[in-house]
Amino acid sequence: MHLLVCGGTGCRASESDAILDNLKSVLEENNLENEVQVVKTGCFGFCEKGPIVKVMPDNTFYTQVKPEDAKEIVAEHIIKGRKVNRLLYLDPENKEHVSDSKHMGFYKKQIRIALRNCGFINPENIDEYISRDGYEALAKCITDMTPEQVIDIIKRSGLRGRGGAGFPTGLKWEIASKNKADQKYVVCNADEGDPGAFMDRSVLEGDPHSVIEAMAICGFSMGASKGLVYIRAEYPLAIERLKIAIGQAREYGLLGEGILGTDFAFDIELRYGAGAFVCGEETALIHSMEGLRGEPTVKPPFPAEKGYLGKPSNVNNVETFANIPVIINKGAEWFSSIGTEKSKGTKVFALAGKINNVGLIEVPMGTTLREIIFEIGGGIKDGKKFKAVQTGGPSGGCLTEKHLDTPIDYDNLIASGSMMGSGGMIVMDEDDCMVSIAKYYLDFTVEESCGKCTPCRVGNKRLYETLDKICQGNGTMEDIDKLRNLSNVIKDTSLCGLGQTSPNPVMSTLDNFYHEYMAHIKDHKCPAGQCKALMQYVINEEACVGCTACARVCPVNAISGERKKPHFIDTTICIKCGACFEKCKFDAIFIN
Amino acid sequence: MVKVKSLADLKKIKSELQSKMDLREKSENPEKMVQIKVAMATCGIASGAKQVMDYMIEELEKRGIDAIVTQTGCMGYCYAEPTLEVKVPGKDPIVFGYVNIKKADEIIEKYIKVGELVDGIIPVNYETIEK
Repeated sequence: MHLLVCGGTGCRASESDAILDNLKSVLEENNLENEVQVVKTGCFGFCEKGPIVKVMPDNTFYTQVKPEDAKEIVAEHIIKGRKVNRLLYLDPENKEHVSDSKHMGFYKKQIRIALRNCGFINPENIDEYISRDGYEALAKCITDMTPEQVIDIIKRSGLRGRGGAGFPTGLKWEIASKNKADQKYVVCNADEGDPGAFMDRSVLEGDPHSVIEAMAICGFSMGASKGLVYIRAEYPLAIERLKIAIGQAREYGLLGEGILGTDFAFDIELRYGAGAFVCGEETALIHSMEGLRGEPTVKPPFPAEKGYLGKPSNVNNVETFANIPVIINKGAEWFSSIGTEKSKGTKVFALAGKINNVGLIEVPMGTTLREIIFEIGGGIKDGKKFKAVQTGGPSGGCLTEKHLDTPIDYDNLIASGSMMGSGGMIVMDEDDCMVSIAKYYLDFTVEESCGKCTPCRVGNKRLYETLDKICQGNGTMEDIDKLRNLSNVIKDTSLCGLGQTSPNPVMSTLDNFYHEYMAHIKDHKCPAGQCKALMQYVINEEACVGCTACARVCPVNAISGERKKPHFIDTTICIKCGACFEKCKFDAIFIN
Repeated sequence: MVKVKSLADLKKIKSELQSKMDLREKSENPEKMVQIKVAMATCGIASGAKQVMDYMIEELEKRGIDAIVTQTGCMGYCYAEPTLEVKVPGKDPIVFGYVNIKKADEIIEKYIKVGELVDGIIPVNYETIEK
């Protein structure tokens, strides 16, 4: 028998270490230490009801356990074999005690569709993919179905592009299929560029065959015999695994001429990108593949009409493709039964920032931010207060506490002033300065703007400079109006998604954290203590013992004072590096 | 490898593969055949999964434990990399996180050999669609 005690940060904060010790000693008192082992685990993702103790092998799940409960758990459950009812999880819906964690609704929060094989199969072995229904969807399509039927299933499933904009995938395929040409192309967009997002890389590294199979299905539906994967050169492992997978598929005759005894032919090549953010935009991506500058062009003509080398092309994102084989195998109705009215299926999110369980998750559309951050994500690091979450990367916005219970889907995120983007979620706590965050994203867009449109090339730079001015403590109220006006101009007059969305971080922080801008401008203070220009290191004379440690570590000799007497920081020399603050053992240095 | 020529062919191969993997589990020494999957995506490798995998392969062989060690993709527990899943026949698979060489040794000696769980278990918190 085993007793698993949660050792996640949240549960440890509520004394799970003491529970562990108590369980061990009670077991010893009863001479059970050899029969029952107590083991510390990682986060159960159920921090709201922590600390958690799970009994194996019967899967009993105790919640909100206190150190003093150890005795009862051992005496009742272990010795007498009776469950401790009062500690069992109470199902919020039917008010019944749930003893087996397998029946808890909570564990149904994550459903893996796009990530179904990630972490299950060996990505370098096609046999493992085949044994999990791999290539069956492709076989079904090319032997039993017409291209129209395939498109119909994808359309009915309600799948929308997972790259961020959420265009209906079936419709995209239909348009590409209707355009006649001697050669058409299926393009996979693996140019994942949002800072903090890595789901496409994980899919390609963990399950490359699902993308290959889906591209072939797409090729069949639109009449294309060539596929291209545009992948950034910074993803060497994904490239290697994709190459191995393509080689194996060719060997098995699942790529190439006459696939599965039909006259359908399809093959895939790789194209490498140099890691430019703008190349995630489909027209820029196509130009980059053609060997031209990675700059977007006016749509129409859409790629479905004139794409790669002027031929009809269909561009889909990696995660979108990863959903396709499952939809064909399990049906459009199954897929559309998951999610919200207008956003079907699941979405993969990369959780990053000030969150306990940094990781990759997949939840049905309509899951709330609260469920993602506080349950699956295990809450905020070090017990700090949640401030905001940035979704959609540099194109998205910051959502706050008031948005925590909004069901996440494409439309709700846009209505809240952010966007889905590729699914990066960067969580921020009370120590993050929202003006600096907006500045950080602008810094990224300034760097990544291709320069074709003046509002984006020059406007974003001006936005950045204004934000920097505010962070330096030199901002004026006029700057706020300038930020707003300029943001609107950039949004309205830029050609592609990069410029149309780059002011989002500024606009959403202005909407949701106006008071922080005011604090910087009017009070010359940074509430989070992040803006260096607005803070001062000061020595508390009463706490200082004159050990001279700070003076010795100061790189610019800004600290003076006699031994064993209080020291003093000359703020005109201080460069605010924080070295003295780190060094002081007496907490005598504070930030003003 | 012969080419897959039709849907029936693919299904045949699939059932062969499935029974082969089944066989792998129910081999002659069912209580000794252990399956280990190491999460080897960029994040895992960056935190040392490759060394852990090499160690596992070498040590299991040295210690005479009948086991298959394979690589797999990202399990999603980036905060606890390197992660690996151990499936001892007759038991549910268990995921261990924060696995360094020392932890790997502990997993072999305690969990695989005697069935004692060790610290660092990552509770699986998602459902995967059935095949």
